[in-house]
Amino acid sequence: MMTTTLSLAQARAEAKQRWQNGSEADLLITVGMGTCGVAAGAAEGLAATQRELDRRGLRGHIRPVGCVGMCSYEPMIELEAPGRARINYGNAIAKHIPQIFAHYLEGKPLVKAVIVGEVVATVSEANGQHLHSLSFVEPGSEQRIAFQRKQLRIVLSNCGLIDPESLDDYLALGGYQALERALLTMTPEQVVDEVTRSGLRGRGGGGFSAGVKWGLARKTQRWPKYVICNADEGDPGAFMDRSVLEGDPHSVIEGMTIAGYAIGAQMGYVYCRAEYPLAISHLNTALQQARALGLLGKNILGSGFNFDIAVKEGAGAFVCGEETALMASIQGGRGQPWPRPPYPAVAGLWQQPSNVNNVKTYAYTPRILRMGAEWFRSLGTAGSPGTAVFALTGQVARTGLIEVPMGISLREIIDDVAGGVPQPKTFKAVQTGGPLGGCLPDPFLDTPVDFDSLRAAGAVMGSGGMIVADQGTCMVEFAKYFMQFTCDESCGKCPPCRIGSTRMLEVLERITDGHGQMEDLDTIRRLATGMQQGSLCALGQLAPSPVLSTLQHFEHEYIAHIRDHQCAAHTCKALITYEVIPELCTGCMVCARNCGADAIFGAKLETHVIDPALCERCGLCMEVCNFDAIQIISPRLAELRLTS
Amino acid sequence: MPTLTINGQPVTAPEGATILEAARAAHIHIPTLCHHPDLSNVGACRMCVVSVEKARGLQTACTTPVFEGMTVHTDSAEAIATRRFVLEMLLTDHPNECMTCEVNGDCELQDLVYDYGVEWPQHDGARHSYAFDPDPNPFIAIDRNKCILCGRCIRACTEMQNRDVWSFASRGFATKLVAGADQPLLDAGCESCGQCVAYCPTGALFDKMSLNKGRPSQVKKVRTTCSFCGVGCNFDLHVRNGKAIRVTSARNAPVNGLALCVKGRYGYDYIHNPERLTRPLVRAKWLDPARLAQQVADGTWQVREKAGRRSQQTENGQRSTSDNAWPTDNPALTIDHFIAVDWDTALDVTATKLAQEKKRHGGRSFAFLASAKCSNEENFLFAKLTRQLMTTNSIDHCARL
Ligand SMILES: Cc1cc2nc3c(=O)[nH]c(=O)nc-3n(C[C@H](O)[C@H](O)[C@H](O)COP(=O)(O)O)c2cc1C
Ligand code: SF4
Ligand code: SF4
Ligand code: FES
Repeated sequence: MMTTTLSLAQARAEAKQRWQNGSEADLLITVGMGTCGVAAGAAEGLAATQRELDRRGLRGHIRPVGCVGMCSYEPMIELEAPGRARINYGNAIAKHIPQIFAHYLEGKPLVKAVIVGEVVATVSEANGQHLHSLSFVEPGSEQRIAFQRKQLRIVLSNCGLIDPESLDDYLALGGYQALERALLTMTPEQVVDEVTRSGLRGRGGGGFSAGVKWGLARKTQRWPKYVICNADEGDPGAFMDRSVLEGDPHSVIEGMTIAGYAIGAQMGYVYCRAEYPLAISHLNTALQQARALGLLGKNILGSGFNFDIAVKEGAGAFVCGEETALMASIQGGRGQPWPRPPYPAVAGLWQQPSNVNNVKTYAYTPRILRMGAEWFRSLGTAGSPGTAVFALTGQVARTGLIEVPMGISLREIIDDVAGGVPQPKTFKAVQTGGPLGGCLPDPFLDTPVDFDSLRAAGAVMGSGGMIVADQGTCMVEFAKYFMQFTCDESCGKCPPCRIGSTRMLEVLERITDGHGQMEDLDTIRRLATGMQQGSLCALGQLAPSPVLSTLQHFEHEYIAHIRDHQCAAHTCKALITYEVIPELCTGCMVCARNCGADAIFGAKLETHVIDPALCERCGLCMEVCNFDAIQIISPRLAELRLTS
Repeated sequence: MPTLTINGQPVTAPEGATILEAARAAHIHIPTLCHHPDLSNVGACRMCVVSVEKARGLQTACTTPVFEGMTVHTDSAEAIATRRFVLEMLLTDHPNECMTCEVNGDCELQDLVYDYGVEWPQHDGARHSYAFDPDPNPFIAIDRNKCILCGRCIRACTEMQNRDVWSFASRGFATKLVAGADQPLLDAGCESCGQCVAYCPTGALFDKMSLNKGRPSQVKKVRTTCSFCGVGCNFDLHVRNGKAIRVTSARNAPVNGLALCVKGRYGYDYIHNPERLTRPLVRAKWLDPARLAQQVADGTWQVREKAGRRSQQTENGQRSTSDNAWPTDNPALTIDHFIAVDWDTALDVTATKLAQEKKRHGGRSFAFLASAKCSNEENFLFAKLTRQLMTTNSIDHCARL
């Protein structure tokens, strides 16, 4: 079916109508049904909600939405009665639903569920267009909740706001207006130019100008051309792209279609890891909806432009996020990178000109074309306009998915958005860019978060993982974790990465096992240089970064491991011994009873001893001792005690 | 035709040429391992890295196309350091067995390690220890411990032979060369042409029949033409102590290059087979008895086995005892014995018989069957013989049977 602008306008008008009608029900109920919500029990919560509505005889309008990023509160539910504030409740598992209703409708006290905040619609305006998003304020006040205060939702604006399986919702909030504008009022060159002027940089990690990349693909005079969306998202702990696909799939489809028009492609692929079933399902639903309305297919909006999108599921290899490996995988080959040049814009998928961008890069473009390049430029910094999305994890009070304006400092993110490192621990380092990124210690916390400043500081923007480590983290172990990841994920094609990473891991293991030598530090640097200079793709080239940055900022920890056999964080098991402090031990036997390895000996009311040969260093005894009579010492010290 | 500068020397190369091609044409050496001029380039081994001015990082010469004004340094400090690193890394997972290795002296890895002066890396980290020769294929022996995962065998099989037998399985350090889905070669569609062996730069793939028979420095290579068919492939026979112990194909063979089929590469055991025909054999009954007796007595002709020995086997496997009588003094000689004669006699007998039979029954009583072992020219002459001399059109070719 071919949709003309006229019928799209009509569909949009009706969609707006229905969007309004939702709030005319007795109760508008919004349930976070992203993977995170579902994993926390949102589906059961939803069923309980339906039961509660039936019980109370209320007419509800239930809107399942994507992730709002506040992981620790999942599952989350929002209630809004006409004329009343919209309240978001956290920990809304099935058995707390009646309590939540009672609180919202009758003011009864909340026991187990919590109020996350009052939800207010936020609308920014530019170019005569509106961008709707959600804000959470402290109930009854104007003040945004701490987690949200410094956030700015652009690419995530629809996530948590609209039902991702409803094209109506997307249309009601301005969806597909950018496509309309591009196809009907702009030449492809003008589209390329506007995206270039917006300063949008690729959000897959490299930060290359999206407009320039599109221009290169446009310039290559060979057809067919392909538009490829990189939704592989293999960084451990990262889930930004998943959230966008789950919560707002049409924005990616719209962005890819605009890119297709701009470069002269008729076919697009979304390469999405198969571990994202909900994202794939929402994407497929959205693709069908778009086709049904003629927003994909032949002669889109009567413009004469044809475009369609297929989904290709990846098998969960990190390296398949590298664009050439990704294309090899789409072609049905082994997911191994091939050397560039030639770049994909010249010879990509099936050797044809192709444009690869990240999910978020595409999702930004409809917003940019709708609100204008100048609007986007006005956000963030001059060199990195717009916002940055991070999956924030690690030792902070509030983890989750955040979107912040570029240029915000690391300190603001960690202290203000994430609520800092919980007492009594203190901050040690923050890692950005996942296994290919670097870590930064306290003196670097005022670094502005943008592509160039982070790179200059020795970390990278990456595709959006941010891990905060506190004093309880051993930085050698930290580096080892990422090197293990590289070893597991190296595709094996080139010797520097395939073998170099294994050798590097062996050195790190030697150090954490207490067998390190001072020369090992030179070996690490030499291996790192070899991998950086010799590896085929950025995986091998950047994999030494976590090791090098920890070595740069925390060399003393490496030295302590090697020379003093000490792990200050007490996490390297070979470098710690548990010991009973005789003066404090009451002989209560709690430790001995709890020890799974039967390594603790001693009669009742007598001082206990731990046999280091049997001890598995699990630390349970230390946790259960009521008299703080168990301490960790270095094995070197223990040896000295034994011999003296 | 872009002009570039390699090591200060201006070089002109065709559009789309790689740095490696441009350099080789200008006799500038760049080391390679995974590259082979017959195969596509994959940029895997990183040995060919060079510095290109204004480019970020090192570039692989085997894959990077040249452009106008490009400035290349093939032996920059980073390039050399990287090559040494690559070789060192490869050695950390390679057996130190050159002493006993079949390809000692004919190994691209060994040569590069020598050229770059890389020392044997001592370490107690992981090294692979795969089983030696685990595949039942009778011709191809595999030693995965020596495999450097260059992928040349994979590309040779896919691009030269179109069989797609080999591939890599697993990832990272565990990456392993496998046939099919980690199956025996023959189950994976291998036709034992040995192209993979020919393209392997190390001793990871080797000709099984030649194991322990003689190393490159111990053999004399004799270039010869394959005797199996009329294509005329050339190859080198490796001869040690007067015996052919191996066949290797050669890139400069005009017809076939490095390619050979299973017969050419592995079918050479007939050379030293005692049953091999080396002289024409004629049945005793076609020879003049007096001359036969004379020549046999002189030792110029020899009595060989009885003709039709196999065809005369009866159904129960007993040999027929009804030997035809033969008027000679030699009681051991029957008319069915084969006599090894000289070529002139053999051809005389043949010609005479053909002429006789033609006269008696006419040319159309003949059918001629040509051989795939003959060259085109020989088959042309054979057709002439059939049609013009023997006046029949009944000619066919064994390849059609
Ligand atoms: C090992 C490796 C993994 C990568 N993984 C991803 C990924 O999961 N998602 C992504 O968008 N880009 C990833 N990239 C970057 C892509 O190669 C490519 O640069 C990116 O998709 C381009 O999109 P952009 O210009 O929009 O950033 C990865 C790169 C490497 C080297
Ligand atoms: S650097 Fe690692 S992941 Fe990249 S091609 Fe080489 S082996 Fe594969
Ligand atoms: S067997 Fe030989 S040709 Fe094949 S990948 Fe290994 S080293 Fe290369
Ligand atoms: S020869 Fe160029 S990378 Fe192997």
